[in-house]
Amino acid sequence: MQPMTTEQIRALIARGKLKDTLFQAIGILCLGIGLLVIFLLVGDMLMRGMERLNIEFFTEFASRRASQSGILSAWVGTLLVMLVTAAAAVPLGVAAGIYLEEYAKRNWVTDIIEINITNLAAVPSIVYGLLALGIFVYTFGFGQSILSAGLTLALLILPIVIVATREAIRSIPAMIREGSMAVGATRWQTCRYHIIPYAMPGILTGVIIGLARAIGETAPIITIGALTFIAFLPPAPFAPTGMDGATAGMFDWVMSPFTVMPIQIFNWTSRPDPAFEVNAAAAGFVLMGMVLSMNAVAIWLRYRMRKNIKW
Amino acid sequence: MFKQSKLVSALAVAGFALFAQVAHAQVIKIDGSSTVYPITEAVAEDFQKAKKNAIKVTVGISGTGGGFKKFCRDETDISNASRPITSKEMADCKAAGVDYVEMPIAYDALTVVINPKNTFLKQATVEELKKLWEPAAQGVVMKWNQVNPAWPDAPVKLFGAGADSGTFEYFTEAIVGKAKSSRGDYTASEDDNVLVQGVSRDVNAIGYFGYAYYAENMSRLKGLPIVNPKTGKAVEPSGANVENGTYVPLSRPIFIYVKAKSLQKPEVKEFIEFYMKNADKLIREVKYVPLPKVAYEGNLKHAKDGKIGTVFGGHNEVGITVEEILKREAKM
Repeated sequence: MQPMTTEQIRALIARGKLKDTLFQAIGILCLGIGLLVIFLLVGDMLMRGMERLNIEFFTEFASRRASQSGILSAWVGTLLVMLVTAAAAVPLGVAAGIYLEEYAKRNWVTDIIEINITNLAAVPSIVYGLLALGIFVYTFGFGQSILSAGLTLALLILPIVIVATREAIRSIPAMIREGSMAVGATRWQTCRYHIIPYAMPGILTGVIIGLARAIGETAPIITIGALTFIAFLPPAPFAPTGMDGATAGMFDWVMSPFTVMPIQIFNWTSRPDPAFEVNAAAAGFVLMGMVLSMNAVAIWLRYRMRKNIKW
Repeated sequence: MFKQSKLVSALAVAGFALFAQVAHAQVIKIDGSSTVYPITEAVAEDFQKAKKNAIKVTVGISGTGGGFKKFCRDETDISNASRPITSKEMADCKAAGVDYVEMPIAYDALTVVINPKNTFLKQATVEELKKLWEPAAQGVVMKWNQVNPAWPDAPVKLFGAGADSGTFEYFTEAIVGKAKSSRGDYTASEDDNVLVQGVSRDVNAIGYFGYAYYAENMSRLKGLPIVNPKTGKAVEPSGANVENGTYVPLSRPIFIYVKAKSLQKPEVKEFIEFYMKNADKLIREVKYVPLPKVAYEGNLKHAKDGKIGTVFGGHNEVGITVEEILKREAKM
């Protein structure tokens, strides 16, 4: 084999660099398409919904008159359902993830559990809705309430939270675990003082991704029977109920009927009067805003927590 | 296994019954047809305002069938229905001990619409529409002149309701003669706005949906006059023609079913009184066609006298007048 001349080597490097630039260009193009789509979507909704985006839109209930219609019951419902979802999915999902990573023995039972969790993440959401209709709404008698909806969506995002927890735990170097055990810590102490704090940023990201998926879900919520017209809010804790001076209990709101943003949007797009489409666009923009701000909070939390990790 | 799940549910029920009771006090629960929804929603909205939110009303959209399922399971107080209760639903209600009062509340007219630029279609008979929509037409009747030789040799573009809607059920029953029997090769959508757009963009299009959607989109669509089979005269789809009973067979009464037990509760009684008193005004506002005043008075009387049951005996009827409905004997 002949040794390459300087020219040949230069040409080879140039070819390599050309491919490098080409790939970079393709990468930027792909990214650009994704960004363009989201900007167009959000921009289009904002343009069409602009005229309805004012304070009243957030403080008024839905109405048959498009111009007086607001999303009060929808955004309150969405927030409360998300609260129940997070309260149920986070402890369950994180505990399951920790158990699988730190405690479970590697055998065929764990393997089957793992495969099932991965598959659960791909089950269509309507199936969760049907399951919840049978179990939460009828067997447990929770009815068409915020509690039923929150638990349904919690089931839906549970696999996402478990997988995220496990990924986060796996990224912690083994030496941390070994060091902790070497100085005599039990498994629980290792988890409590090392594994969980270090995995927290990753877990949080998973939780937020899960919640962001849940917030836009319509199918399972419709299946369990969320309402489309509801012009009152769930009772606030200890608020007077209006009858003989009684006050609402601490958790009365979880049993209250409700509606959520995606259902309100769906309802508005199917009305005969085109004026409702403006409302739907405005509500869509608000929902996008909710998802984006949830993601922003996640990024901020992750940044703060990472700063506190000292390895 | 079975015992265990019973135990779990019993515990759960015991645990939640306490605050469930507080939360559900004074709530009137309504569910059912999306066709009736705009009317009941309007009534519920004004009723809550008039009562300063002391009484809460919720309205859901489960479809007529879905609404009756909940109603006959004793979960709702009122069921919106775009057709009379069926014999199977009657049996379900009977088994659960749910008695009800049937109240016609408005007319819903189906409108056959064409593109405003369409010049050859001035009217259509039921037979012509049947030729176009019956199952045998699938893949065969593709051009306008196949239906009527006077019409041009141009392709037909069909738009219609999806198979799950009450609109589809009624249109097929009134036109083809058998409920749910239709050709399948047309653009079907449960979302009527999709149909509105489709017909407004194609000169050769023809479609059908509820009158309210036509009323909101008159600038983009043309309503096709339908020949009344009894008089032989073509009748325009309009509120007046529905009210005077000449727009047949594509107009039908729509209903609410009120649980007799709920009518004992003062808030439901008040709601029904409010409903019937304001029906005429609110129904016009949401672009439906109200019934004659006697119908609302009749409904109130039936509620007071406890006239329970249906006058239809479990099956739908095309072209029945409201006067007839009010006169008939109700049966459970």
